[in-house]
Amino acid sequence: MSGIYIHIPFCKTKCSYCDFYSAVSAQYISALVDTIGRELKLRENYLPDKKIGTIYFGGGTPSLLEKKYFEQIFDTIYGLYQVDENAEITFEANPDDLTPAYLEGLRSLPFNRVSIGIQSFDDADLQRLNRRHTGAEALQAVKNAQQAGFDNISIDLIYGLPYQALQAWEKQLDTALGMGVQHISAYGLTYEEGTPIWKRRESREIQTVDDDTMTDMYRLLLDKTGKAGFKQYEISNFALQGCRSRHNSSYWKQIPYIGLGPSAHSFDGTSRQWNVNSIKEYISEISENRIPAEREELSLSEQYNDFVMVSLRTTDGLNVCELEARFGADFKRFCLQNIKTFIEAEKADYSDNVIRLNTDGFLVSDMIIAELMKV
Amino acid sequence: MKNIRNFCIIAHIDHGKSTLADRLLEYTKTLAEKDIQAQVLDNMDLERERGITIKSHAIQMNYNLHGEEYTLNLIDTPGHVDFSYEVSRSIAACEGALLIIDATQGIQAQTISNLYMAIEHDLEIIPVMNKMDMDNAMPEEVEDQIIDLLGCKPADIIRASGKTGMGVEEILHAIVERIPAPKGDPDAPLQCLIFDSVFNPFRGIIAYFKIVNGTMCKGDLVKFIATGKEYDADELGILKLDMVPKQCLSAGNVGYIISGIKTSKEVKVGDTITHVKRPATEAIDGFEEVKPMVFAGVYPIDTEDFEDLRAAIEKLQLNDASLTFEPESSVALGFGFRCGFLGMLHMEIVQERLDREFDMNVITTVPNVSYKVYTKKDELLEVHNPSGLPDIMAIDRIEEPYIRASIITKTDYIGQIMTLCLGKRGELIKQEYISGNRMELIFDMPLGEIVFDFYDKLKSISKGYASFDYHMNGYRPSKLIKLDILLNAEPVDALSSLIHVDNAVSLGRRMCEKLKELIPRQQFDIAIQAAIGAKIIARETIKAVRKDVTAKCYGGDISRKRKLLEKQKKGKKRMKQIGSVEVPQKAFLAVLKLD
Ligand SMILES: Nc1nc2c(ncn2[C@@H]2O[C@H](COP(=O)(O)OP(=O)(O)OP(=O)(O)O)[C@@H](O)[C@H]2O)c(=O)[nH]1
Ligand SMILES: C[S@@+](CC[C@H](N)C(=O)[O-])C[C@H]1O[C@@H](n2cnc3c(N)ncnc32)[C@H](O)[C@@H]1O
Ligand code: SF4
Ligand SMILES: [Mg+2]
Repeated sequence: MSGIYIHIPFCKTKCSYCDFYSAVSAQYISALVDTIGRELKLRENYLPDKKIGTIYFGGGTPSLLEKKYFEQIFDTIYGLYQVDENAEITFEANPDDLTPAYLEGLRSLPFNRVSIGIQSFDDADLQRLNRRHTGAEALQAVKNAQQAGFDNISIDLIYGLPYQALQAWEKQLDTALGMGVQHISAYGLTYEEGTPIWKRRESREIQTVDDDTMTDMYRLLLDKTGKAGFKQYEISNFALQGCRSRHNSSYWKQIPYIGLGPSAHSFDGTSRQWNVNSIKEYISEISENRIPAEREELSLSEQYNDFVMVSLRTTDGLNVCELEARFGADFKRFCLQNIKTFIEAEKADYSDNVIRLNTDGFLVSDMIIAELMKV
Repeated sequence: MKNIRNFCIIAHIDHGKSTLADRLLEYTKTLAEKDIQAQVLDNMDLERERGITIKSHAIQMNYNLHGEEYTLNLIDTPGHVDFSYEVSRSIAACEGALLIIDATQGIQAQTISNLYMAIEHDLEIIPVMNKMDMDNAMPEEVEDQIIDLLGCKPADIIRASGKTGMGVEEILHAIVERIPAPKGDPDAPLQCLIFDSVFNPFRGIIAYFKIVNGTMCKGDLVKFIATGKEYDADELGILKLDMVPKQCLSAGNVGYIISGIKTSKEVKVGDTITHVKRPATEAIDGFEEVKPMVFAGVYPIDTEDFEDLRAAIEKLQLNDASLTFEPESSVALGFGFRCGFLGMLHMEIVQERLDREFDMNVITTVPNVSYKVYTKKDELLEVHNPSGLPDIMAIDRIEEPYIRASIITKTDYIGQIMTLCLGKRGELIKQEYISGNRMELIFDMPLGEIVFDFYDKLKSISKGYASFDYHMNGYRPSKLIKLDILLNAEPVDALSSLIHVDNAVSLGRRMCEKLKELIPRQQFDIAIQAAIGAKIIARETIKAVRKDVTAKCYGGDISRKRKLLEKQKKGKKRMKQIGSVEVPQKAFLAVLKLD
């Protein structure tokens, strides 16, 4: 079974840390939804089979879409694919959009999961991040979703925000864990080049959090979520039993997915491709029946690097038998040879043919993954 | 023969020799329109890119004056002090020299040293004040300096510009009228002085010569007196922009010979060519062999590339006889070569050519000069390498090479320059005004103190105005010790250096600091220590990486992230693993970049 990702590239305002592709003008929403339908048809045969296990509306801000647009897209998807009856169907939402009325409207649609971008419950943080909601509104949004019948709710948090102290982060976690959600994604703030917050760091206008505190925050996150019954399954993802995000997991298991809409990425097992970062170009190209995408065919080494990277980020780890079956004995030897020093340094474990990073390992996972890569 | 003029162009670096040569070639129509480009004689890629001359270049021009045809042989020379031996060879093939002086800069150190070389060989000097087109030219002041230096008349100095072509005709007149025609007897036994040789991948070694006496023809059986080897003169001719073959050449002429020689070692620059049948009884006075001044280990990053590196260095040597090498090995770096260079620029150029022309990625170790070590048994050892130093107990004394340096500067900077030179263990020998507010300072200094960064420092404290020239000036006893660097308690031989005892502690400290900057953080703490014998004199620690993690990695992030990490790994592969520590190439030259 494969996955479908749909990128909704609109946001009412831009958050200061975000480098996802989205436009602030809502001018092209209707044309874009039409075009996504056309792309779905044009690329009907992209995936190896027609069975779909997960659908994910990401952004940008999918919760800006009126119900009719979702209906239009679902109609096309269900017309082209066999969507599994237990399929996980998620949309990303911003708290300010999740009114009882809006949620009520969505009930007749096939959604069974919502991922709410909260980032922080602290109003000073939220202002600095140029978010559109307050902490109280975030709490209310989750309640609204619960009342509307969503029983698989995920929230996004960011830690290591400017000026944030360890205690402040602890407070955030306590609030988050007291809300009755099933899933938490918690990301260390990344200063993406070119974003407003990155510029403020470059000009030293804000006070950043040092590496040691970031590390402490991460350990606290693991500790608190663990005690609250959440299990970590990826570097930044935590879920109650049975509530892992199946869609996101498929990225880490190298399950094929098709990405539709501007800037969306697709993966068919051996090649990756991505649509242009431009709503206008996307619409005009697709209207001429051309897919405006760049494509990258992965060499065997690159497929191996891809595999190492995504599997080591998960708690399921890297299965060496699978590695050998896919890439051969040489790659297996290479991988085991290079992980050795990290096992000795107690940053990774190797048992039952699986390599897993522990918390110390996750904290330096980029270094470890780079070391295992074949170039 | 009376219509031949042989001359070279000499000057301080960047005073415009090659540019003025362009104008002469253009004026005499030696270059076709299509061949014209700036500094056309600088034909090596590196010369063109850096805008400097590295090798001398000879070229022949024809010039008609008052109805007479003249043959003018021009040799453009390099200005950088590392290549001053090129100048001395060129001078030996000439009867006259254009001494170029930049009108915006005036007399500089190499102006003087090159002038003295030319005077020693009785060359007729034609002073040319260049760059007259520039707004900041100071013709009156520079004219005074030239008159002071040469004792000539103002009228003898030609004002010119390599940019506008001003003065070119006057220069050509002066060459014909002031420089004597070569002497020599075309019918005497053959004597040709070899003043240069180049390697051509298709033709083998091509030797450049000046015929002092006699006549040489194609097919003649000739002998190289110093090496004793005999060859057929397969081809000989004159040097235009390309080589132009001729049947015969006779006394006074400059030309080239191709005789099936394969390696540069077979040709000694300074040797004399004569006929086998009717040999000259005497060789012409040759040149002193060029001796390398600076030695450094050159190692392949990948130990498997050792043989490829040897092949590459051998090829470079074909064209660059001043480069020496012998195999050596290092605990830290494996097998490599100890190479001898004329100076730091030469070393940089060799390293760059290895990378560019042979795709050889190398590590160059801390350079040092060559020391004379006398043992208690009164043996003399030439030590080029810190690890070649015998046990301290066996050493009676060590002598290090000294230079005599000439520094020319505005008086404004005298104080700082004195401080710099004295800090480098210099001894002031003489100081005198050369004109108005300019002085020449003469220092005796250890060569080891100036090879690394002296020149850069001098330039920076004098805002680029001071110039510097030096020649070797014997050996003197010195208190030298070996400074070792340890990474995680393991000595890294490639980072050891020989240093004067007074400077050891400060150098050790600065090296540790610099290495801390250059070695990236790794998964363990890294201890960097400097030691003399068993005594640790400085220490720094590089803390282990605590955090290196990407927070988000979903569908759209994967390709970008993978490429980023692949790039990181590639970078690491270019580093050298020493024990458990990965050390980047540039760390081995850390000692050169200390402030
Ligand atoms: N304005 C002006 N610039 C000149 C003149 N002659 C040379 N230059 C510039 O000065 C720089 C050095 O010129 P070169 O001809 O390479 O000097 P060089 O003496 O051959 O240098 P080396 O061979 O490295 O010692 C170049 O940037 C030239 O363009 C001139 O008469 N006028
Ligand atoms: C694709 S965004 C869109 C979600 C939705 N538009 C919202 O803002 O609520 C998904 C999540 O990525 C996280 N994120 C985006 N940029 C980030 C950054 N620079 N550093 C850390 N996390 C980031 C945020 O937690 C965000 O909620
Ligand atoms: S974080 Fe979400 S709302 Fe903010 S700019 Fe990014 S995609 Fe838009
Ligand atoms: Mg030049």
